[in-house]
Amino acid sequence: MNNRIESRFAALASQGRSGLVTFITAGDPHPDATLAYMHALVRGGADVVELGVPFSDPMADGPIIQRASERALAGGMNLRKVLALVEAFRRTDQTTPVVLMGYLNPIERMGYEIFASAAAAAGADGVLTVDLPPEEAGPLHGAVRAAGMSQIFLLAPTSSAARVAAVREFANGFVYYVSVNGVTGEKSAEATAVLSRVSELKAATGLPVGVGFGVRTAAAAAAVALTSDAVIVGSALIEIIENANDVPAGASALEAFAHGLRLAMDDTRAAA
Amino acid sequence: MHLNASSEIPVEGVLPLTSLPDEHGHFGPYGGKFVAETLMAPLAELEAAYRECMADPEFIREFERDLAEFVGRPSPLYHAERWSRELGGAQIYLKREDLNHTGAHKINNTIGQALVARRMGKRRIIAETGAGQHGVATATIAARFGMSCRVYMGAHDIQRQSYNVFRMKLLGAEVMPVQSGSKTLKDALNEALRDWVSNVDDTFYIIGTVAGPHPYPAMVRDFQSVIGRETREQCLSKLGRLPDSVVACVGGGSNAMGIFYPFLADESVKLIGVEAGGDGVETGRHSAPLSAGVPGVLHGNRTYLMQDEDGQIIETHSISAGLDYPGVGPEHAWLKDTGRASYVAVTDDEALKGFHTLTRMEGIIPALETSHALAYVAKLAPTLPKDHIIVVNLSGRGDKDIPTVAAREGMTL
Repeated sequence: MNNRIESRFAALASQGRSGLVTFITAGDPHPDATLAYMHALVRGGADVVELGVPFSDPMADGPIIQRASERALAGGMNLRKVLALVEAFRRTDQTTPVVLMGYLNPIERMGYEIFASAAAAAGADGVLTVDLPPEEAGPLHGAVRAAGMSQIFLLAPTSSAARVAAVREFANGFVYYVSVNGVTGEKSAEATAVLSRVSELKAATGLPVGVGFGVRTAAAAAAVALTSDAVIVGSALIEIIENANDVPAGASALEAFAHGLRLAMDDTRAAA
Repeated sequence: MHLNASSEIPVEGVLPLTSLPDEHGHFGPYGGKFVAETLMAPLAELEAAYRECMADPEFIREFERDLAEFVGRPSPLYHAERWSRELGGAQIYLKREDLNHTGAHKINNTIGQALVARRMGKRRIIAETGAGQHGVATATIAARFGMSCRVYMGAHDIQRQSYNVFRMKLLGAEVMPVQSGSKTLKDALNEALRDWVSNVDDTFYIIGTVAGPHPYPAMVRDFQSVIGRETREQCLSKLGRLPDSVVACVGGGSNAMGIFYPFLADESVKLIGVEAGGDGVETGRHSAPLSAGVPGVLHGNRTYLMQDEDGQIIETHSISAGLDYPGVGPEHAWLKDTGRASYVAVTDDEALKGFHTLTRMEGIIPALETSHALAYVAKLAPTLPKDHIIVVNLSGRGDKDIPTVAAREGMTL
């Protein structure tokens, strides 16, 4: 099954570049901002847009993304509206992959099949549910694959070889390597430890490996880009959104920041 | 003691309930392990350590010794004669968990988990707490074992349970106020999970109820099932027969699971869980997911949840901080669906009435959590014959709630 995620990673590999995956929470700080922010990130060089589906109890997230979820929920964001945003994004951007990232319960409440077909129809390419390990993923996986989307899984420093194998059974698109033991936006990754693990995971899963959690600066992104297939940035973007006076200012700040990451990542690959 | 004693007698022709959960932590469609990848390895490590402990006679001896000498077990089964007579129906017996060291059933589980933690070489303990009873029980055992201890507690609960907050601090625990969400028990659980994921190497998370990801629901139940085993033996030796009904309050559901579990195979024994109805289940302002919730996934397991149509967890309401939780242990969800246990709700006002009644009738001041079970018994007992035996799990004492009750009644202390 060839979707936008697979084509994008194939193109990046042939260019010898590492991908930039950007995460923002849908509806943060209000529903009208998100579309502009998604396009701004793409203009800045994002290869994959991860759209956070806000949840009332984001257990795996640090304070920055917690606040984004709270703002989004206060503004009335929900899964249905997130899908409408994806649909609106697709009207002007048919090529950038969109991954929905969040927690299982909103999807469970909507119903797996209803969700998967609505998400695919809206133009989403992948689904990442933070609190759904492969052991519990079978039913959702069936629905997501039937709809032609990828299911993306996390791997962590604590993941054993057996767990990597379990993830491999269900994972498509790419694997999201959580580079630190912790919540989003808190600790920073140790580049050397990350790099050796990434090559091991690439070999074991046969999928592109993106690295996230703790990538906050252009320098860190460049270091991670050296051996990983993608660099995933989230909390740093949410902080930019938090500090923006209005949507146009936020959009240009996001674009500039993404562009800075993109340049640093391409430079380090070119130099290597 | 037979912690793993699972007499695998099929109940209601469905499944041998006492053999659950299955190897993946499922109770029918409920339970499981719904956590981020980083926690999967520590959960597997915990499960292995827990199984090893339960198979080790030395661990069991240590646990039993602590229950006897540190907690003061067995707790008495007390015939509430005056109250039974006043109600004019069934005979009411109280399983006196309020007499345990630290004043509630919570200590049974914290001792068990702290012993597992010590075996695993973990030196740092974290816990979440609602009313503060589990926090106090955890701080107590951490003090005794010389472990460092941090307790997460919702800022709202800190306000209404200041007495327990000070107790925890006296015991050397650090109490971390949680400002996110509704600032109650569910948010404390989120924060404790975030701490654990950030400190998996040296930290043991002592969950206080039969919820969370597998193996917690089974492990907490097993440590708490000493309540039901004692009750069963006491009924047989003192009354010559099993009780007809067993009643317990249900928030997360650890005291209820602890007393229900050894009776699951005794089909004649009716099991009734009493949820917190807050202002009334019909108002939507309550904490009664089994009575009015929908299945979903929160805090590592699938269970009945208080949630809106978008799958967001909604704020709960209860006079009792210990029941103010939007979920419930997954085994209760399964017992509800199979019909082996039934669940009802009583309101804040009814619970308060139960609080006063037991205090005046029997000279026992119950916790507000427990008062929910008592309030239901006050309705149930008069409808039953005089030879009907009801056991109520008197899960905790009410000292901690005196400021809440006083404030509710317009008194300043």
